[in-house]
Amino acid sequence: MTETGSATLTPLCSDHAPPTAVALHAVTKVYGQGRDAVPALNGVSFAVRAGEFVCLVGASGCGKSTILNLIAGLDRPSEGTVEVSGRTTLMFQDAALFPWLTVEENVAFPLRMQGAPKARRREQVRAFLTMVHLQHVARRRPHELSGGMRQRVALARALAQGARVLLMDEPFAALDALMRDRLHDELERLWREAGLTVVFVTHNVREAVRLGDRVLLLAARGGRVVAEFPVALPRPRRIESAAVAELSALITDALRREVADHAVA
Amino acid sequence: MRWHERASGRLTLFEGRSVWRDALGWVRRVGRTLGPLAAALALALAGWQALVWSGWRPAYVLPGPGPVLHRLHTDLLHGDLLRATVITLQRAAVGYTVALVLGMALGLVMVRARTLRAALGPIVAGLQSMPSVAWFPLAILLFRLSEAAILFVVVLGAAPAIATGLVAGADHIPPLLMRAGRVLGARGWNRYRHVLVPAALPGFVAGLKQGWAFAWRSLMAGELLVVIPGRLSLGVQLQFAREFSDAAGLLAAMIVVLLIGVALDGLVFGRIERGIRARRGLLDPGG
Repeated sequence: MTETGSATLTPLCSDHAPPTAVALHAVTKVYGQGRDAVPALNGVSFAVRAGEFVCLVGASGCGKSTILNLIAGLDRPSEGTVEVSGRTTLMFQDAALFPWLTVEENVAFPLRMQGAPKARRREQVRAFLTMVHLQHVARRRPHELSGGMRQRVALARALAQGARVLLMDEPFAALDALMRDRLHDELERLWREAGLTVVFVTHNVREAVRLGDRVLLLAARGGRVVAEFPVALPRPRRIESAAVAELSALITDALRREVADHAVA
Repeated sequence: MRWHERASGRLTLFEGRSVWRDALGWVRRVGRTLGPLAAALALALAGWQALVWSGWRPAYVLPGPGPVLHRLHTDLLHGDLLRATVITLQRAAVGYTVALVLGMALGLVMVRARTLRAALGPIVAGLQSMPSVAWFPLAILLFRLSEAAILFVVVLGAAPAIATGLVAGADHIPPLLMRAGRVLGARGWNRYRHVLVPAALPGFVAGLKQGWAFAWRSLMAGELLVVIPGRLSLGVQLQFAREFSDAAGLLAAMIVVLLIGVALDGLVFGRIERGIRARRGLLDPGG
């Protein structure tokens, strides 16, 4: 267990390590201007290797979503640089499926935007829906599906985009525990099979330990990485297991200290 | 039955056993909507008949429903009424199509650029509140007594409502959907065609419906004012009937005008609206 301040965190760039997929260097993000300026991030630096699964945890309002927006290119940093290799895609807490399209049309949407021919679209959509075990609801409309199914469709749609970097913003927060466990298994399998890089934001520490290769703890306010926890537990992990609970407790303590420190200061 | 299936948003396979149940359900559903309507219609006809029988106006000025419906029947079969209806509907179709294209273009421009919206918004709102009849003197000056004069006013009546409807529909799109569209690569024109317009559709249909109502009213006003020789439209039929004190013919033409308005509103726009809402799960399954 190493706890590293963001200032001393050095990007992993040695020759034998896998290439870096995402790297943030001293990124600052300020919303608004002048007196109304609200700092969302204050010098965030971290790197994610290709094929790595990194979880970001932190109190609400610590700028987790801002980081994902910056990596996805939906927003630009005020200062610092964001480097991304490969196409990214972003998933939200809400599946954000298009209600006027069927499930298969939703999954085909990014392919259509890329101008993929119809035959290839059909074939790919079938493959991705099979991947998330939803080929039987291809013709249904989003409103006919359960929350968990909708989130799986969103996952298939994200995969259909051909992204190498999957950014997830509390994607399972609105689901019941049982469904969430199933989706953890499914996401882990897809991540391995497709060789994706995942940056996963959550406020659920156990979820972070269940899924991540590393857990980054963000400062309560001022948006910096204050600590880093490698998760050396063998996969597949169970969210109920003692090892996951033990590490989660450690991270939760650090999170509490972080929030408390900030309250005093 | 196809309509029933689509409205319920469910795909049921064709099975011999369920055909009867479907048919029965359809009859019940139609009965539930048409029952009250038939009752209201009967009541209106009874009131009309009572007014005639009261002797308030002589029968040659205010004929009862019996003679008028008989006249409607014969005029539609043998008279000019059917030809007039066709002419009027053609004008309505052309006018509404032009208004649709212009209104959508205007609406998209207003959705896209905030400055243009600030500039055009009040003008469009003003145009919408302006009674379209007030445009006719100018239209006649500009285009004389021609099809163009009628078209001009119909488009001016309908296009602002359609544009406003699109803007209102776009305002109610959940921001997350637009963000999802961006993340998934919908840029430029694709963003409008594949995300914004379909997402705005439930609100936009209300604008389309209102645009139709304005177009139809403007058209009727236009046909009363702009009489083009050889073009015996519904409006001309109304005028002629008044000039010849042909009360039954006048009321028969009015019934056609009313029925077209009702049919478009309920059958066309109502169905589109219900279909959109059912497909998106916005319909109460009980309703």
